[in-house]
Amino acid sequence: MTIATLPPPAPLPAEPPAERSNYLNVSYGVVSWLLTKDHKRIAILYLISVTAMFFLGGAAISIVRLHLITPQGALVSADTYNRLFTMHGVIMVFFFLVPVAPAVLGNFCLPLMIGAKDLAFPRINLLSWYLYVVGGAWTLYAMLTEGVDTGWTFYAPYSSQATHYNVVPTLIGLVLAGFSSLFTGLNFIVTTHWLRAPGLTWFRLPIFVWAMYATSFISLLAVPVLAMALILLMLERLLHIGIFDPALGGDPLLFQHLFWFYSHPAVYIMILPGMGIVSEVIPCFARKALFGYKFVACSSLAIAFLSFLVWAHHMFVAGITLYAALIFSCLSFLVAVPSAIKVFNWTATLYKGSIAFETPMLFCLGFVALFTSGGLTGLFLATLGVDMHVHDTYFVIAHFHFIMVGGMVMAYMGGLHFWWPKMTGRMYSQWWSRLAALIIFVGFFLTFLPQFVVGYNGMPRRYYQYVPEFQVWNVLSSAGASILAVGYLLPLGYLFYSLRYGPRTGDNPWGATGLEWQTSSPPPRDNFAVTPTVYRGPYEYDTGKAQNEP
Amino acid sequence: MLESGKSAWFPPEGSTTAAHVDLLLYFLVAVTASVGLLVAFLMFYFCIKYRRRPGAGRPAKTNASHALEWFWTITPMFIFAVMFIWGAVVYVDAYHAPADAIPIYGIGKQWMWKFQHPEGQREINTLHVPLGRPVQVLLTSEDVIHSFFVPGFRVHMDVLPNRYTSVWFQATRPGDYHLFCSQYCGTNHAGMIGTVVVMEQADFENWLSLHAEGSLALEGRKVFLKYRCISCHSANSGARAPVLEGLYGSTARLNTGKAVVADDAYIRESILDPGAKIAAGWENIMPTFRGQVSEEEIYALIAYFRSLKRGETPRRVEDYPPPTATPPINTTAPDGRASDGRASDSKPSQPAQP
Repeated sequence: MTIATLPPPAPLPAEPPAERSNYLNVSYGVVSWLLTKDHKRIAILYLISVTAMFFLGGAAISIVRLHLITPQGALVSADTYNRLFTMHGVIMVFFFLVPVAPAVLGNFCLPLMIGAKDLAFPRINLLSWYLYVVGGAWTLYAMLTEGVDTGWTFYAPYSSQATHYNVVPTLIGLVLAGFSSLFTGLNFIVTTHWLRAPGLTWFRLPIFVWAMYATSFISLLAVPVLAMALILLMLERLLHIGIFDPALGGDPLLFQHLFWFYSHPAVYIMILPGMGIVSEVIPCFARKALFGYKFVACSSLAIAFLSFLVWAHHMFVAGITLYAALIFSCLSFLVAVPSAIKVFNWTATLYKGSIAFETPMLFCLGFVALFTSGGLTGLFLATLGVDMHVHDTYFVIAHFHFIMVGGMVMAYMGGLHFWWPKMTGRMYSQWWSRLAALIIFVGFFLTFLPQFVVGYNGMPRRYYQYVPEFQVWNVLSSAGASILAVGYLLPLGYLFYSLRYGPRTGDNPWGATGLEWQTSSPPPRDNFAVTPTVYRGPYEYDTGKAQNEP
Repeated sequence: MLESGKSAWFPPEGSTTAAHVDLLLYFLVAVTASVGLLVAFLMFYFCIKYRRRPGAGRPAKTNASHALEWFWTITPMFIFAVMFIWGAVVYVDAYHAPADAIPIYGIGKQWMWKFQHPEGQREINTLHVPLGRPVQVLLTSEDVIHSFFVPGFRVHMDVLPNRYTSVWFQATRPGDYHLFCSQYCGTNHAGMIGTVVVMEQADFENWLSLHAEGSLALEGRKVFLKYRCISCHSANSGARAPVLEGLYGSTARLNTGKAVVADDAYIRESILDPGAKIAAGWENIMPTFRGQVSEEEIYALIAYFRSLKRGETPRRVEDYPPPTATPPINTTAPDGRASDGRASDSKPSQPAQP
């Protein structure tokens, strides 16, 4: 069948006791990193890139939040403001949220979790990273020279005809980055199908792998549509071919349909991996099998499927027909069902557990709370009668950030802290990291709860100035954002510190049962000395037996 | 709101729709808060009760319960069904304007709102409406997409170029309400704001008569003559195009055998893209007026057609014999009063306007 069934390689020669060979020390030098085909090293490359992007996007929004302290706008001009929120949105969505979990954690963990030596196509994996970097460079060039002021949604005809800024280079960057995630998705799907260790049946896969698999399918099917939409937009902008602009005979709603056909599934590209991470972490620290494993696994696939059928819920007041609005509202409620199933199952997993509050667990419990809040407010937006009021207001901003920042970034932090000892072989400060989890959780609520209120009061998004009665909520939100910023800077400090000064951990510091923990930390170049054979499911915490224990 | 002393927590409830939306909101808050707090309570309770104690062994496995799984898979669907239906009812209600709604013609452009009342008033960034009567705002854009959003009324509609959308509301409290553009439209998007002024019926009537320069329909009649539409769309037996009397709101039969309602969008399309839908029994000989006629003039034409009753089509200019001699010009008008309308009225030499 595959590599997985080949006879196991001869055991490695006895290692020196001081430092075992691992993927970090197997070779040195910049070239050995830039030309690496090791999924673990590529994950580290991604980790560095997405972290840089995260802080760039964060810097942009910090200026925005400061600016919004006064109703007239405190800091920057209207055009600068518009370019700043666009920079925040574009960078955070396309260069942080979409790649962060698959490209960093998925890249690192997926082969380890299924007992493979690497992804199916290591060279394509490296190509993905280069596409990401080149795409990021184009976009940053566009952002940092003249900037772009369309918002991350690029609605035509504003983006295609009206704006004078750097739309085309940005779009080139996004198309390249899109193909980066498409190739990663392709790689993950093939890897999951073909490189599973012997005995690792589909229903023995960790939920994280299920989530990656579902995410990959969304990428594979949706990214081409995004690329199409953006290329058409470029054609219209450069050659004045009428596609979206009515003045040229186009239809502006067509752009919205195409854009959201990608961008709604894309929010599940962003959040599904987070659900996967939480499904790994909660069982580990509760010492319980994941409650309702099959329901959780299948709900990932259900989300991936249904996510393609709800895009026009972004367009309830955009001028679609009444029947379209009714159908898309109904389907949007349906996609909430699998998410609800997951939340109930995570909660039930805690029941009669033995719960430890290590940092990854704190982040993941925070995820469940914030994601649930975000999901429940999503129901308001799926409800036609409420959406027609809160559409394009800060209510939507708050909802989106509850899912994406409260949900996904919390889950990513949880995953990063969970697998950090696996990636580096070192442990970070428990005290500082718990403090960071707490600060992020509190700062998040303070930042985004006021936005629900000001949104229902009618403050539209993308306003560089606003009417005075909205000020109190904006000041509260900005104050919360400053706390949140501290929370995000802290991990940068203590994680870096741990690289050099953190105590060395054992191979499996959390006592987890997943395959990735059954090899050394950091793992050797080929992940496992001997390809493991799998005898059981991923979460048998009642016996404490690892997946490869007979 | 502009009205001082209002709560910062909640927008004013200024329309019939607002009451419906808020009631729905209360329902959603109640349901979601119950579920959210239940989950939060359970998590918190489990985390305290089942926290890891020193020396404790591994907890036993809890067998998954299929009944429980199906319970929390099916139950949300019923709750969601209620939300969906209730939301749809509110939305459908906001979608269909009552037949007796006052039509107001609105245009969005970077970065201002222009409104025209049927009585002829024009407003920029302000919209006066009467209390207690349904008002329908027909909307289009001259450039990019905008969105007409009055939070106090809980109504919201995107404003698209080359296309009509509409929104309706019935104000329930006098006062000033914010009008925002909520679809990002460029540099001064945040400055594309205005005020909706809700007036008592009597005040509104008073306001209407204060500023009128003649009705929008009258203006439309001038546009109709200006572009010489009358040359073909005349009421003569030998007309080259259908007569437009009583057209508005009727069902027009097309040469494809289909029928369409002759509404605002149909009239606009027929002016800008005459070949798109051709009335049964007629050839398409009409040139497009795209690029010549402005959105405001189309609105005026629509208002005119709306008012055009049987027998009211103006006569073609060609029906009048040309003048055989120029009327003598009165050069004796003292101190330049010829430019004054009141003075001109008294001049017997002026030919009567048709």
